[in-house]
Amino acid sequence: MSLLQALLNGIALAAVYSLLAMGFVIIYKSMQVLSFAQPALMLFGGWWVVYFATTVSLNFYLAVLIAVVIAAATGLVIERVFLRPMVGKPVFAVAIMTIGLDLSIRVFAGNFYDVSPRSTGDPWGLNTFVFFGRLVINHRRVAAIVVAVAVLLGLLAFFRYSRMGLAMRAAAFDQEVALIQGVSVAAVFAISWALASVLATLASLFINPDLGSLAPTNYVLALKALPVVVIGGLDSIGGALVAALLVGIAEALTGTYQSHLTPYVGQNFSQVVPYLVMFVVLLVRPYGLFGTREVERV
Amino acid sequence: MRLRPGLVTDYRSDAGIFKSVTQRVWFVLLIVVAVYLGGGGSLGPVKFSPDIMILLVYALFASIGALGLNIITGMGGQISLGHAFFLGLGAYTAAILGGVEQTRAGAGGVTEVVIRGYGLDMLIWLPAAGIVAALAGLIVAPVATRLRGLYLAFVTVGLVFLGEHIFREAKTLTGGAGNGRPTAEHRMLGFRFDEGGEVFGLYLSKAQKLFFLALILLLVMGLAAKNLFRSRVGRALAAIRDRDIAAEMMGIPLARYKLIAFVISSFYAGIAGALFWAVVGRLTAEGFNFLLSIKYVAMILIGGVATVSGSIMGAFFITFLPKVVEWLASLPGLADYITKDPSGMINTFQLEQILFGLFIVGFLILEPMGLYGIWIRVRNYWKGWPFSY
Repeated sequence: MSLLQALLNGIALAAVYSLLAMGFVIIYKSMQVLSFAQPALMLFGGWWVVYFATTVSLNFYLAVLIAVVIAAATGLVIERVFLRPMVGKPVFAVAIMTIGLDLSIRVFAGNFYDVSPRSTGDPWGLNTFVFFGRLVINHRRVAAIVVAVAVLLGLLAFFRYSRMGLAMRAAAFDQEVALIQGVSVAAVFAISWALASVLATLASLFINPDLGSLAPTNYVLALKALPVVVIGGLDSIGGALVAALLVGIAEALTGTYQSHLTPYVGQNFSQVVPYLVMFVVLLVRPYGLFGTREVERV
Repeated sequence: MRLRPGLVTDYRSDAGIFKSVTQRVWFVLLIVVAVYLGGGGSLGPVKFSPDIMILLVYALFASIGALGLNIITGMGGQISLGHAFFLGLGAYTAAILGGVEQTRAGAGGVTEVVIRGYGLDMLIWLPAAGIVAALAGLIVAPVATRLRGLYLAFVTVGLVFLGEHIFREAKTLTGGAGNGRPTAEHRMLGFRFDEGGEVFGLYLSKAQKLFFLALILLLVMGLAAKNLFRSRVGRALAAIRDRDIAAEMMGIPLARYKLIAFVISSFYAGIAGALFWAVVGRLTAEGFNFLLSIKYVAMILIGGVATVSGSIMGAFFITFLPKVVEWLASLPGLADYITKDPSGMINTFQLEQILFGLFIVGFLILEPMGLYGIWIRVRNYWKGWPFSY
């Protein structure tokens, strides 16, 4: 039974990771840049949910909607002000720059929070579903899975059927050719940052699935989406989803069993499991499980 | 020729450590000034306050760490965000070998070891710190050399988190988080760097002694790095950085040179970590987080990538940033907004972080060569003065 419970928790965790990881992948596909700013955007977007849902005490879903709009706008601004001047610079420089951004945004967002974690004011509270008498899953975890699946299906449909989605796929395939065909690559960049920011905001609702709270230190949890993306392969959406499941379940299993099976590796070992999985995967496949192998012409 | 320091006429001087007589003169002058200032009240009229003095010591030790990062990232072009891990390894190795043991009375009159420590001499813990870090680099390198670009950056991020976990959980060795453990002592063959005392008839404070120790070590390590830059390894690494495929075509074994760069870089980090935290006096596991790695990346970015002088400038810049922020906070107009405690609009720690971030962003957008690049431009302006070209 504890195995099933761990699997269930792992899937809920995977839902959160997949939301964050999608943001990374979308930005990577459009700009070939990996944004370290995702955790900061999560804190920033999450704060607006906290603000509108608890301080202003609006309806929670309305608060999320407003927060999503603000997050999207923030993504647009960040892209325009900081990322656009970096087009054509080495990926290394841009990646480091997003770390700088991450630091700045995190301080900025962290300044809103108090020392103690803030409740996001969601309606799920501590309610739980109980299956078979012993299998417990709280409503927030269920919500996480539902939201993640809905958002991911929506995104896939967006990429598949909408004009902008097609433009994004074209730009990801070859920027210059897309530009010649009349795709506004600038708009693609902007949209991808806005999307990433929105996804991070949604993830913030579930980052602490037991309590539904947010604190500045939660960025460490969001950073675990990084190994997820790397395991899946930086440019693979499907890979990110598989990796999210893999990492989420691995983490939940270690969380359940490690403390009495291998107590010598210390407490909270499950927190570093994603990184360990990443090492192992990269040792075998340097471009992740589903990443495209880079082919370079001299 | 003497009047045109930019002109190089033979291969020897182009490959030399110092490209011209002028540079040699400036270098010696800089050391003389450093010794003079370090001597403080004992040698001359200018005397720094003790806290500035100790910051100088920190900056010098941080310079060694920045040099290490510059070897792998600046020279080899391999983005390493795992520097904190190697710094931590060095610091903890030194603390275990050079620190004091902490015991407590256990059950039945048996003394239990709470935190291990062997109280050895600096001649042992300093090289050991470097070697242990270098060995760790050797172990990680096979994974790292298979990867390129961003993938490598992430693996090294993972390294920091794994390291932090180990430092937190291996409590008998590291003291864990929170209170931490005492560090190694700066003590070499009975000579104590961590206490004030007479040296050759001159009274030197603790900070001054450490300053001279740091200056000498930085000189040695800096010249070694400079030599590495112009050696076969350095040229190979530069080729790998500029275009790894082209380098491979020219017959440079990528894996071997990346491995060499990793090991040397980790060695520098280990030494720097050991020395730096021995001055701090307390080791806690939280110190070796991702932020520390970013700090070092900021140092080489702000200072100047792939230059020795840039590493040093960057280390000084980052080390003195908190002091500058503190000074900003004390200005009458700003004191209301910047506070030391979290009550104000923004506290000094936060401002420091934001400045970090903004400096990284700003330098990357505006001056990718860092302070070194600014220095070059200023120098060229005055060299050509009054003509603009």
